Amino acid sequence: MAEPAVPTAIPERADSQPVEMLLNMGPQHPSTHGVFRMVLWVDGEKIVDVEPHIGYLHRGSEKLCEGEQYHQIVTLFDRMDYIGNFNNELAYCMAVEKLMGLQVPERAEYIRVILCELNRIASHLLYVGTMGLDAGAMTPVMFSFRGRERVQALFEAVSGARLMHNYFRIGGLKEDVPDNFRQLVDELMPLLKEDVEQSDRILTFNEIFLSRLKDVSPITADEAIGLGLTGPMLRACGYEYDVRRAQPYSVYDRFDFEIPVGLDGDCWDRHWVRVQEMYQSLRIVEQAMEQLPEGPVASSLGRRLVRPPEGESYVRAENPRGEIGVYVVSDGTDRPYRLKVRPPSFCNLSALRRLLEDTWLADSVVVLGSLDIVLGEVDR
Amino acid sequence: MLESLKGMMLTLASTVTGLRRPVTQQYPTQATPVKPRFMGFPALTWDGGVSEPYCTGCMVCIRNCPTQCMSASMMDNPKHADGDSSRRKIVDYFEINLNRCILCGICVEYCNFDAIVMSHEHEMSTYARNGDRVNLPALLDIGKKYQVKTDWVPPTVLAKQKADAAKAAADDTADASE
Repeated sequence: MAEPAVPTAIPERADSQPVEMLLNMGPQHPSTHGVFRMVLWVDGEKIVDVEPHIGYLHRGSEKLCEGEQYHQIVTLFDRMDYIGNFNNELAYCMAVEKLMGLQVPERAEYIRVILCELNRIASHLLYVGTMGLDAGAMTPVMFSFRGRERVQALFEAVSGARLMHNYFRIGGLKEDVPDNFRQLVDELMPLLKEDVEQSDRILTFNEIFLSRLKDVSPITADEAIGLGLTGPMLRACGYEYDVRRAQPYSVYDRFDFEIPVGLDGDCWDRHWVRVQEMYQSLRIVEQAMEQLPEGPVASSLGRRLVRPPEGESYVRAENPRGEIGVYVVSDGTDRPYRLKVRPPSFCNLSALRRLLEDTWLADSVVVLGSLDIVLGEVDR
Repeated sequence: MLESLKGMMLTLASTVTGLRRPVTQQYPTQATPVKPRFMGFPALTWDGGVSEPYCTGCMVCIRNCPTQCMSASMMDNPKHADGDSSRRKIVDYFEINLNRCILCGICVEYCNFDAIVMSHEHEMSTYARNGDRVNLPALLDIGKKYQVKTDWVPPTVLAKQKADAAKAAADDTADASE
């Protein structure tokens, strides 16, 4: 690999013939899933080096958190990973609950898990659709968005919003689910299963799709761990690591589910792992609906102002994109002293230079798509 | 090859079913109904009994708003002096900048007087730059529309009814066991 600095001049070879070229991809490029810029240094069709540029969507969320009260910060976490909102809210709420030593009612925990797993399916469905688009298939997105739409209709019925839910509270939930929640989920599940199956069937083993993704930018498990990859990116390398299993939080230790792992860690394995995860999430939702207990959904804290004792806490959780970490430092007031997020997309994106090593220019879009980044979370 | 054909069969089957029942909603002419809990722009509620707003201008919502999109002030309630209303103070001025509002619903959660609701209003684009600064009469209009549409009962009244019903049920079972 060349120097990490942005290559500014056209490099010259020993024979003084400039053969390499700088290519600017983004920030307005459809395949970058947002505003992300790659400065590619290409030799013909081969990628020599890449310099990612982020920060086009930087809103200073972590700094904003320091100025907001604890209950207001949930709205900021909605806007970080805006595809997996519930998972983000859960990570933040757990961090503050840990700091306060707060017990969450069982019913609230179950509803959180159900919504988080449905959110994971919705997120992966979006991924399947965009991965198809990146690889040149226009149809799968129609199938996957139909399923996503159904999940979002349920979210709207539960929380009142399709994307920025602001539904989880420190110590529980905002309010109980609507009375017809069980009926809504029962109606949703078979349809969603069908949608997941269809978006799997139409794309995963398609011959063109396979040849576009198979053996593109493979990575070994050791290397992936060294680069800090988590989530489906790491599991695709064959390393069975899932925070829900490795360090169960909420009530995840009560469900029977498998952790799908890939073989070679190439782009197709990443796709396959995500597709299989959707089936496992469906299983978790089914089990959680069976076990869902009655009872309160908010802790004794109620609406009182949240003032955690002085101290700090770190919580990690499995987001659709990987392991999210939330670090909260409290100085005893109603606002955090410092809040740090370990965003999975950002850490996965940091491996881009390694992943694009020795790939073709045309594959760069597929590799970036297989990372499944959300720029709201990368830039925060 | 076989797998690709399978995918094509799926598309074909969907096309055939799609011919039978179209699912696309023709949006501007055929509006998608919102769910009962849908959170649109916040609005103020109207107490029909004494014909005045529920809001007393206590500023709880303003203090808890993450984006500081609201402002309000209170005044002495003339109807309280006449003995018509139990509210000593009443809202004098209220404005929400809907461009800043993020529809989080925290104001509704923290209101002690059932005075603010997340209405079902969401199509409120205007041509003016400041057209989304909504004042008290406009907020009450939206609120009234919402109250009529949803048969609105104040949440505290609803909670009390629920608690009373639960208590009555508990008493009944206690009586039966005796």
